[in-house]
Amino acid sequence: MSELQLRDLHSTEFPVPGELQDNLAITSLSKIYNWARRESMWPLLFGLACCAIEMIATAASRYDLSRFGMEVMRGSPRQSDLMIVSGTVTKKMVVPIVRLYNQMPEPKYVMAMGACASGGGPFKEGYNVVSGIDKYLPVDVYVPGCPPTPQSLLYGLISLQKKIDGQSLANMDDVPWYGVAPSEPTPIPVLGPDIIDPRQMDLIRQQAERAAAGLPYGVRELPKVIPVAPKKPSAPKPAAAPAAAVEVDPAKAERLAKREAALARKRVAEGGAPAPEEASEEAAVPAQVPAAAAPATSVEPTAPGKFDKAAMLEKIRARKANK
Amino acid sequence: MVDKPITTTTTADTIAALKEKFPDAVSDDTRQGYSGVVIDKNKLVEVATALRDELGYDYLSSVTGVDYLGISDHMEVVYHAYRTSGGPALVFKAQTDRNESEIPSLTSVYPGADFQEREIWDLYGIRFNGHPNLKRILLWEGFDGHPMRKDWKEAYYEEEHKPFGSRWPAGYVHRSEERNAYGHNVKYPADLDLSRLNDTSEESLYSGMGLGVDVERLDDETKLKTDRLIVNLGPHHPSTHGVFRMVVTLDGETIEMLEPVMGYLHRNHEQIGERNTFLHNMPFTDRLDYISGMSNNLGYALAVEQLLARGARWQPPSYRAEVIRVLMVELTRIVNHYWAIGFFLNDLGAFFTPALYAIAEREKILDFFEATAGSRMMPNYMRFGGVFKDLPERIRGVANLLNDQVRDFNTMDYLTELINDRLPRSIDELDRLITESEIIKTRCIGVGYLPAEMAVAYSCAGPLLRASGVPYDVRRADPYSIYPELDFDVAVRYNGDLYDRYLIRLDEMRESIRILKQILPRLEATQGQSVFGPSQHTPRVPVGESYGRVENPKGELGYYVVSNGIGEEATKGPQNPWRYHVRAPSFINLTALGAMCKGHKVADVVAILGSIDIVLGETDR
Ligand code: SF4
Repeated sequence: MSELQLRDLHSTEFPVPGELQDNLAITSLSKIYNWARRESMWPLLFGLACCAIEMIATAASRYDLSRFGMEVMRGSPRQSDLMIVSGTVTKKMVVPIVRLYNQMPEPKYVMAMGACASGGGPFKEGYNVVSGIDKYLPVDVYVPGCPPTPQSLLYGLISLQKKIDGQSLANMDDVPWYGVAPSEPTPIPVLGPDIIDPRQMDLIRQQAERAAAGLPYGVRELPKVIPVAPKKPSAPKPAAAPAAAVEVDPAKAERLAKREAALARKRVAEGGAPAPEEASEEAAVPAQVPAAAAPATSVEPTAPGKFDKAAMLEKIRARKANK
Repeated sequence: MVDKPITTTTTADTIAALKEKFPDAVSDDTRQGYSGVVIDKNKLVEVATALRDELGYDYLSSVTGVDYLGISDHMEVVYHAYRTSGGPALVFKAQTDRNESEIPSLTSVYPGADFQEREIWDLYGIRFNGHPNLKRILLWEGFDGHPMRKDWKEAYYEEEHKPFGSRWPAGYVHRSEERNAYGHNVKYPADLDLSRLNDTSEESLYSGMGLGVDVERLDDETKLKTDRLIVNLGPHHPSTHGVFRMVVTLDGETIEMLEPVMGYLHRNHEQIGERNTFLHNMPFTDRLDYISGMSNNLGYALAVEQLLARGARWQPPSYRAEVIRVLMVELTRIVNHYWAIGFFLNDLGAFFTPALYAIAEREKILDFFEATAGSRMMPNYMRFGGVFKDLPERIRGVANLLNDQVRDFNTMDYLTELINDRLPRSIDELDRLITESEIIKTRCIGVGYLPAEMAVAYSCAGPLLRASGVPYDVRRADPYSIYPELDFDVAVRYNGDLYDRYLIRLDEMRESIRILKQILPRLEATQGQSVFGPSQHTPRVPVGESYGRVENPKGELGYYVVSNGIGEEATKGPQNPWRYHVRAPSFINLTALGAMCKGHKVADVVAILGSIDIVLGETDR
């Protein structure tokens, strides 16, 4: 920020309270943006089906959505930040839903509440049911349940807040709406003989050609079933996965080892003999070591900088074999 | 509303009288397990008129279609008519060919058939001659085919009946999306021409609404400087209680014409129901009127029990099971009316605060449901021959909250306190806060008037009918369960306006409390009795038809179930219903909406809709 702009800031009409005038707070722009957005997430007042009843119950006094700054349900999409798709999305209804979504100003979020909005739910097979709103709109949070209890809806909303916390103004992949150009509206589906997603026009044309040629159309060949090979006991693959996990995080192994040691010391201090260790999944306790000696060996990787991968692998294999 | 005295009393008498009057048009339905009469479709209107005017069957409850492809290869429209003075149904049917299916419309005799006939046209493709507005109602104009026909297959079609075969036959999960080339739940006809594709659904909607009129000419005629205007309310609208839409023609601010548009939540309940086994449908019924899941369960259980009772291995529900059923159903009625009143006030403009008061006690009842059935809203609790589980010993904090203490109550203490103390107190509170409010009175009294004859003619049910002065309640008119031994009054009000529709809900809640108070000692007395007979997972249900109906909080909820099949199933009894139809009170009550709104202002439409108390899960199914 140039000097001139800074001075402008100081001479603002906005009264700054005295106790704040001498303070300087440093934060990132993203944080401020995110903080403001997450605490005033206004949902669109928009109920589709049974799940909407639970949404209303969540907004009512017992569960009290206003604790999260979300009680301001807006009737108009122009004023809302969050679309809670609360119920079964039918083909007839998806047209207005997409239209409403396009009318919402950015930044905007979509939550699929309940089994129906997430994937069709109990009515998935119905001829007028869309298999989840994510076939048309980008969904940020899915809340499972039929209907989700108010608690799970709240949990979903908190998850959304967490998601917002992690977003950065610098990352356009994350939040397309901070880009330069206006974002493209989602194409609105058309009600023809069945619902038509304009993004699928080409595919539909192809299938229509197949139909004209007398070929089967509209169905997809199922993948050939590959018989599952019986598991080989000493296949290298299972060993590789944990090794990779260990490789990325030597510090963690060390931390765990330290914790084990501290625990053992505590047990000794409490007067009992060191209890045999349960072979916890992460604890780097070699299986061949007698249990009583566990505290001593668990601090074994003394040099934190050097991590002996081969030795660790060996230990893990031994433990696997013992099991 | 009959002028002449009715001479016949029983259904058999009526049928005899009908046959005497129309010897060649009326014949008995002789198929095994079926009842009622089959009427020659050419004489249908005459017979129906006679039924209504001479025999007193003034209330047409349900109209539905059945496709008997493979059994007798014809289509059938089934009518259930009642007398508003009470008594069982008269079932009559009209049959038509599958290919050129046509049946005369009964809208001239029973205006309540309007939407139901449109639904049959939409789903079955049976044309109703003489219907004033035969358009699709649940799907959109331009949809390919009539999906309830037995030879119509949905995009995700797997098999005719559940249980389906394995979806992971060899370690691979085959999801329906993967079998579909589009990855969506869609299928297109082979001759789809994308270049000529245009969405006609909206156009046909506005046809007949007076769009495209010459405004200047209109001005000449009426000498008024008002524009005729078409306004859409919904499907996204805060006050339509879901995804309901009304297209209104306005003259200034006055409603000239109103047409409800629905189907935005049409999730193919009935078609899925025909693939399901009988018991599979139980959890689906929860999702019809999703505010009162328990009573939906009861209606369906009654319908299938009627069929099962014709079989050999049938044990009726135990007394305790019946007591628990009534307990659940009446609690549901209270829940529903809380909700209805709260949101009715919302519609009047008292945004959300009254609703908060109204649904506070609802949570208490839902806690009890959750402890008993495992879910707050979708209990899936009733079974054929009982309920699936006895009441729990204690109600624990299943849904415990951050700021709630750990809850642990004895169930009977909890219920006793709830019924004797909390609920009456909160109903009185609502009464005190709302009833005498000047604003409420000004907005409500005299608005949305529905006279009794019209309410009956439009097949309205529930509080809507009773607020117009027709004391018709299925619990008394055609009793089921243990209602005959319970002492309660049928609430009735006579003015037929918004205010009375609000008051009658309070009355009904009080009557429900009265019933519940009688249920408590019965619960104590039957402690320990079993609540569930022999296991009925995939019962073979004897062939036949049945119509189970209950007085749901929103009105008469009926289930028309046909158990039939091809080949072996026809003899042994099938495991899947051949036809599963829901007579949804919310759907049929809407028939009267247009008439009620005419001449009122736009703001009143919202309130009138709120006073009908619809729920879209049931309206659109
Ligand atoms: S997920 Fe369940 S509760 Fe929610 S809309 Fe679908 S059916 Fe209703």
